[in-house]
Amino acid sequence: MPFHEMFEPDGSVRACYDEVQKWVERTGISGLNRRMEEAEAIFRRIGITFAVYGEGGDPERLIPFDLLPRIFTAQEWRVLDRGIKQRARALNAFLLDVYHRGEIVKAGIIPPDIIYRNSAYLAEMVGFTPPGKVYSHIVGIDIVRTGPARFEVLEDNCRTPSGVSYMLENREIMTRMFPELFGQGLVAPVDDYPAELLKSLKEVAPPACKGDPVVVVLTPGSLNSAYYEHSFLADLMGVELVEPADLFVDEGRVWMKTTLGPKAVDVIYRRIDDEYIDPLTFRPDSLLGIPGLFHVYRSGGVTLASAPGAGIADDKAVYIYVPEMIRFYLGEQPILDNIQTWQCSKPDECAYVLEHLHELVAKEVHGSGGYGMLIGPKASTVEIETYAERIRANPGEFIAQPTLDLSTVPTLGPASVVGRHADFRPYCLVGKQIRLVPGGLTRVALTEGSLVVNSSQGGGVKDTWVLQD
Amino acid sequence: MLSRTAENLFWMARYMERAEATARLLTMGQRMTILPGAHHRDEWRSVVRAAGCEGQFPAGTPVTESDVVSYLMLDPDNPSSIRSCLLKARANAKSARTMLTQDMWESLNEGWRKLDSYELADARQQLPALIDWVKTRVMTFRGAADAGQLRNAGHDFLRAGGALERAQMTLRLLDVKYYVLLPETEVIGGNRDHYQWTSVLYALSGVRAYHHVYGGTYTPWQITDFLMLNRLFPRSVAFCADQLAYRLNRLAGWHDSRGACHDTIQEMIGVVEGLDSGEIFRQGLHETVQMGLKMTNRLGFEIAQTYYFG
Repeated sequence: MPFHEMFEPDGSVRACYDEVQKWVERTGISGLNRRMEEAEAIFRRIGITFAVYGEGGDPERLIPFDLLPRIFTAQEWRVLDRGIKQRARALNAFLLDVYHRGEIVKAGIIPPDIIYRNSAYLAEMVGFTPPGKVYSHIVGIDIVRTGPARFEVLEDNCRTPSGVSYMLENREIMTRMFPELFGQGLVAPVDDYPAELLKSLKEVAPPACKGDPVVVVLTPGSLNSAYYEHSFLADLMGVELVEPADLFVDEGRVWMKTTLGPKAVDVIYRRIDDEYIDPLTFRPDSLLGIPGLFHVYRSGGVTLASAPGAGIADDKAVYIYVPEMIRFYLGEQPILDNIQTWQCSKPDECAYVLEHLHELVAKEVHGSGGYGMLIGPKASTVEIETYAERIRANPGEFIAQPTLDLSTVPTLGPASVVGRHADFRPYCLVGKQIRLVPGGLTRVALTEGSLVVNSSQGGGVKDTWVLQD
Repeated sequence: MLSRTAENLFWMARYMERAEATARLLTMGQRMTILPGAHHRDEWRSVVRAAGCEGQFPAGTPVTESDVVSYLMLDPDNPSSIRSCLLKARANAKSARTMLTQDMWESLNEGWRKLDSYELADARQQLPALIDWVKTRVMTFRGAADAGQLRNAGHDFLRAGGALERAQMTLRLLDVKYYVLLPETEVIGGNRDHYQWTSVLYALSGVRAYHHVYGGTYTPWQITDFLMLNRLFPRSVAFCADQLAYRLNRLAGWHDSRGACHDTIQEMIGVVEGLDSGEIFRQGLHETVQMGLKMTNRLGFEIAQTYYFG
């Protein structure tokens, strides 16, 4: 039996869920289901939608929202808080190292090929030190819970992790609809996230910046699936939301086109992938890019958050070494564990994976969003054989992990509270200081027994509470 | 402010204004076709002319209500259809999302795909209700902007766009119907003129306002005065020009500089102040209206230039 975060095996309620249990009893399941429709109507009217690439259908659909919150105690959060910040520091130290001397490779801890032959490694960044030595300014760490006191890291997101708007909006909707739950101040607030983000971004202003740094959020445009989040964050930070066509490069600076004429930009929180930001340096066919941007960046005229090339730190092949990074750079023991991972690039591990595919979760090293993975226990013999063929053809492209006994969180079913598997993504901010708002995004697989929580695959979201002492 | 944002706000208001104006034109069309002798006059043609879409309908063939509802209300390929206007206003809003209040956004987002699923037969059958729905959407949008939006440059761009579009709609309507107002075409006070004039006034929501200003009688001079020169009626050309001058002057203040658009609006105010209805008829109503249309077109172009629109 997986660990249920609300109920003990004997059916009694874990203490941290007392308030929620009382609320469920007071309101009744059918009452809650009615309120659920109300919540959905609010989401749609506000326009919090999410587009799924390549699936057709409604271009702006909603992520299902579940009313029952997911709760961490103050004690649990203290561990998570330290573990998350530790990991964010180590990942940034790793990035600084691999784009300079490569000590961790020289020390024989990580094989050079995994880094230097990795497509996520950008040679263009070698020797350049970004302001504050920060590469990944927003680190999203996907964590699963596998026991009462056991948290494991599923993957890191060092580029532009999305979803933080759901953390804020889910809380907003919950406080709007159920103010009585928040009246006693039991739940730590998360609404200072935008202010903390802005502080972090201003702390890494480039050398060319004079005075109060001008920060912008750069979006590919209103058709992007995360556009709502881009505009939401710009709005709450009180900064401009720019599209690539609003920016240009001149005299060593980046400028935005305003009704007053050009205005210099200091820090760009960009939500565009590395390869598209500058057609002169990266993909020449990119229509999204700002020609010359990368040159200005390297010469200290502008800060990009995250730094190009930060993706090498969240590569699935590099992930395996994060506990080693923590020991190597910080001289500390990892607080959060990694999940055991077999690398198909190693012949003996590949043999093991091929033999045990039916009980493992296999993934593409460069995949994301839950695409291109195989969940062994749920797959048919044919699916397993097809996947095995792909691994044999290209072993270096695959890793495998055990199917985890993921915890379940309380979720509203048609007739009762049911348990559904969930993960958790906190958003750690890195500027001159490291900041972490007490909360994050809980994604939940809404189908019974399902382990896939990605919103692109029908997962939902729920509010996440960190209780105060 | 980003030029793109300013442009989006300006056009968002124009599209919303256009959606409402088009809805009113449809109402006018319906009213006119129930007048005696309507089939001789091809009233629906005057509606598409006022909407600036006459080119779509071959000369010599009568234009039907079905054609017009299909083209002006539902057609996704007609950039001026109500459906297109609502869609484009929402796209503008999405791209300038950070400048809008939550209420403004919600007013544009709610029911934005409603017209996608309408069959022509249903739309015709429910036309009055649909027209009311459109008008309510636009008024909610305007109310949300009025009550909640910061009075910064963004608001001025929004209101300038609305005023420009509104002036053009009144001018186009006059351009289409000017012959009705020409005293020599028929006996003044004849039944047909009476209904035609009230239909024009209805299309601009001005019937009652007109009576408040001029009492119970309709004359071509007074109607022309009302629609062109009255500075209290919010759909008159003079009122819209005042509004544009006010908004553009505020923008000049925000930006601490003036452009060609500021000269043009001054010129336009000068023209309005130098006219009375007698003078308009001496110059020719048609010619005056044409001059107004040219001037407002130029103004739109110059606003885009002054503020570096795309």
